[in-house]
Amino acid sequence: MTIKFVENVKPDVTTDIVYMMCPMHLLKLEEKIKDLQPGQILEILTDYDGALEDIPDWCEKTGNDFLGIDETTGYYKFYIKKNAR
Amino acid sequence: MKRRYFDHVATNPILPEVLDAMMPYFREEYGNPLSVYDLGMNAREAIENSRQQVAALINAEPSEIIFTSSGAEANNFALRGIALARQHEGKHAIVSRMEHHSILNSARVLEKMDFAVTYLTPDKYGTIDPETVRRAITDETTIISITHASSEVGTIEPIKEIAEIAHEKGIVFHSDAVATVGNIPVDIKYLGVDLLSMAAHQFYGPKGAAALYLKKGQRITPLIYGGIQEGGRRAGTENVPAIVGMGKAAVITGEQIVNRMNHVSVLRNKLIKGLKKVPNIHYTGDLEKRLPGHASMCVEYIEGEGMLLLLASKGICAASGSACTSKALKASPVLLSMGIPSSLAHGSIVFSLGIDNTEDDIDYLLEEFPQIIEKLRAMSPFAAKGWADMEEGGSCTAKN
Repeated sequence: MTIKFVENVKPDVTTDIVYMMCPMHLLKLEEKIKDLQPGQILEILTDYDGALEDIPDWCEKTGNDFLGIDETTGYYKFYIKKNAR
Repeated sequence: MKRRYFDHVATNPILPEVLDAMMPYFREEYGNPLSVYDLGMNAREAIENSRQQVAALINAEPSEIIFTSSGAEANNFALRGIALARQHEGKHAIVSRMEHHSILNSARVLEKMDFAVTYLTPDKYGTIDPETVRRAITDETTIISITHASSEVGTIEPIKEIAEIAHEKGIVFHSDAVATVGNIPVDIKYLGVDLLSMAAHQFYGPKGAAALYLKKGQRITPLIYGGIQEGGRRAGTENVPAIVGMGKAAVITGEQIVNRMNHVSVLRNKLIKGLKKVPNIHYTGDLEKRLPGHASMCVEYIEGEGMLLLLASKGICAASGSACTSKALKASPVLLSMGIPSSLAHGSIVFSLGIDNTEDDIDYLLEEFPQIIEKLRAMSPFAAKGWADMEEGGSCTAKN
């Protein structure tokens, strides 16, 4: 999958898991997305490289929209929009 | 011979009701908290209940408590975890010479990793002047760690003031409160700390359970990598019985702390008053701002080890400096940093009192301890003529 780079996305909720390793990125993603309403955007801050593959895959499997990442100094910002299921 | 225990800064007996609370988690409730079936869920629930209890003791949120195996682990985790997490902002840490080895040795490890570390010297009472902290700060400083109280001399440090100075400069502030949580009220919001270490066995809980308070939103690199325990911040299957015991001990401590402080303060005052008849005892630490049940002193012309052995032969348990220093048979670096001459520092002895001590214990100690001093001084080559560096003036706080 090609990773899309995005800028200036306005998230509804942010979760910071910088320095936390696998599988915290997936656990936090599941935990936080549950609390969102369809159409709302979750931002995950992580420095875990494996998330580059895992989070887009998770979005595809679960039917949520992976909007892209914004790379900043030392970590990534992932943006996921919750879809109605 | 009845044992008289005056070494509560080393550890404490576990309360019977704490042990009772732990027992089911050794026996029938043996589940792994990560397991999805009932045994696992019960263990998970027990840990989260304990997290709430420990958080309440220091006025924190449950999510701000990370369980560890010991105060030493919490200290390693705090100093190294913050220094590494913020290394892109700077590579300078500030600690004091009053710190436990778990901070001092972690600081030395940071130096090997190309961090700069400033070791602050206390005054003669063992107090770190907040202004010395301010002067040590550089543009590279990211973490300051100052103990809440030294278990060796009992001095309570001006943590609130130091935290304010750290925050003025955007620096993270950690305090090792292993010696204070359970002995005096500790409120993280009042103190303004970002991280704080504590250990269950210091407040009549079990060994093997401790915690690091980490302020919400503060990033930290893990010390132990592995599973998702403690939110991925501290891997390893949890010591469920010990964590349950820590929670129970925290609840009881919250209820009883004022009574405990009053109890040990009365006994300590009786001890100090009773020792007035013994000449050449130098009390160490701040006589006012100190742990309530803590009496630390240097006894001139004799060595701590000799006192400890003879006290032990009478059933009296005490310490000479820190537990580690006692084993190493060397003068305490903490006492030396306070300007106490090496010869005098060797005569260090610490009596730390707890809820199990009685007036009778103090009477017994006051009967035996002066005789032991007299006996050792009769064998000491220094007792008759003194020693040179003492004549130049040792920097102790008070002298009988």
